[in-house]
Amino acid sequence: MSNRPISEDDLHAYVDHALEPERQAEVAAYLENHPDVAKRVAAFSDQRCWLRSALAPIAEEPLPPQLNLSRIIESRRRRTSSSSFRWAIAAMLMLAIGGISGWSIRSATEAPAGGLAALAQEASDSYHVYASDHTRPVELRDSTELVAWVSSRLHQPVKLPDLSKSGYRLMGGRVVPTAHGPAAMFMYDDDRGDRLVVLTRPMTSDQNAPMAPHSGSDFTGFSWADGGMGYSVVGPGAAEQLRPLANEIRKQAQTI
Amino acid sequence: MSDMLHQIEPVIPALRRYARSLVRNRAAADDLVQDCLERAVSHWDQRRDTGSAKSWLFAILHNLAINQFRSASARIQHVTIDEAGEHEIGRAAEQEQKLMYQDVLGKLARLPDEQRSVLLLIAVEDLSYAEAAKVLGIPIGTVMSRLSRARERLQQELENPADNQQRNVVQLRSIP
Repeated sequence: MSNRPISEDDLHAYVDHALEPERQAEVAAYLENHPDVAKRVAAFSDQRCWLRSALAPIAEEPLPPQLNLSRIIESRRRRTSSSSFRWAIAAMLMLAIGGISGWSIRSATEAPAGGLAALAQEASDSYHVYASDHTRPVELRDSTELVAWVSSRLHQPVKLPDLSKSGYRLMGGRVVPTAHGPAAMFMYDDDRGDRLVVLTRPMTSDQNAPMAPHSGSDFTGFSWADGGMGYSVVGPGAAEQLRPLANEIRKQAQTI
Repeated sequence: MSDMLHQIEPVIPALRRYARSLVRNRAAADDLVQDCLERAVSHWDQRRDTGSAKSWLFAILHNLAINQFRSASARIQHVTIDEAGEHEIGRAAEQEQKLMYQDVLGKLARLPDEQRSVLLLIAVEDLSYAEAAKVLGIPIGTVMSRLSRARERLQQELENPADNQQRNVVQLRSIP
């Protein structure tokens, strides 16, 4: 039994069955000794039951034809076959989605500063060009050959991050041009087909820089520099999903 | 594609139910859900949080509704028992229970929008507090305080039969 005092939030979470079993038991014990509070909590539970019962029939009504999802998907596929229309729709929807509160397009301007900013931009560019390529996303798939190639072009030993524990397989990679010389790009994908790009190159400025996030309308990224080498990872997921991967890559790179 | 179908389709009944509490009537609510589904289908690949399709769909629906309120004043005043499916309730429950549901829904409709949304997302649609915060674009602390105010206020209304009596009096007078 913990000594944490019972809060109002606990009482509501108790009503909503949102507590850990241990805490649920603590609140139940508290309520046994506090009949007035128990009465209020019971009333809230009743409200919850009544609302659910009163509104349940709506969810049980047969779906009308206009809400047939297969049909909606099919009609969208037909509409988007005309490409000019597709772009018009896309533009409209981007505007509309922009209005969705903080959901998809958060801070398009969020970016690290200095040399790291350039690296983040290059990684984002590589992500956009290559991750969406279904014909030839990577130049080399063989990891031994790839490491030898990029290490010789970057004049440094480059280590391939292994992200298999996080569910990402190496697809391969290539050397990509940047304003600061060649960079190594590695691409990974997971079981859903989501692709990640890791870009690394020697840094001319910001030779050591703490990890900084950047993001755009459809991607997030993290960039940092250690001992003269810069790293940037870019992917489609949310920042909180990408951050552990960035930490893992950083950890592995430091053990070269 | 089939992944999208499998994740979105099971949520549609809940979206309809929530929509019914946001707009005036069944037809308007279903139009809103249709709009929501079309957007979801076209943005499926761009969603950031690949975890929960449910809260993502509710967020789209909620924001569509808010934009609609801004453009036209299509505000609901009431989820009537008819909108909640009179026949089903009539079959499933006693008359007395039906009246009580009617009473609860009537009082629910009188809550401020922001309180009603939080209460429905959590108590009826089973979203977690964090998911509800995301859907409404507010901090989780605000979710908790709105939930608390919604429940207290609904309870006050339910315990205070003054309104009902008043209504009865008016009805009695209106009958010659």
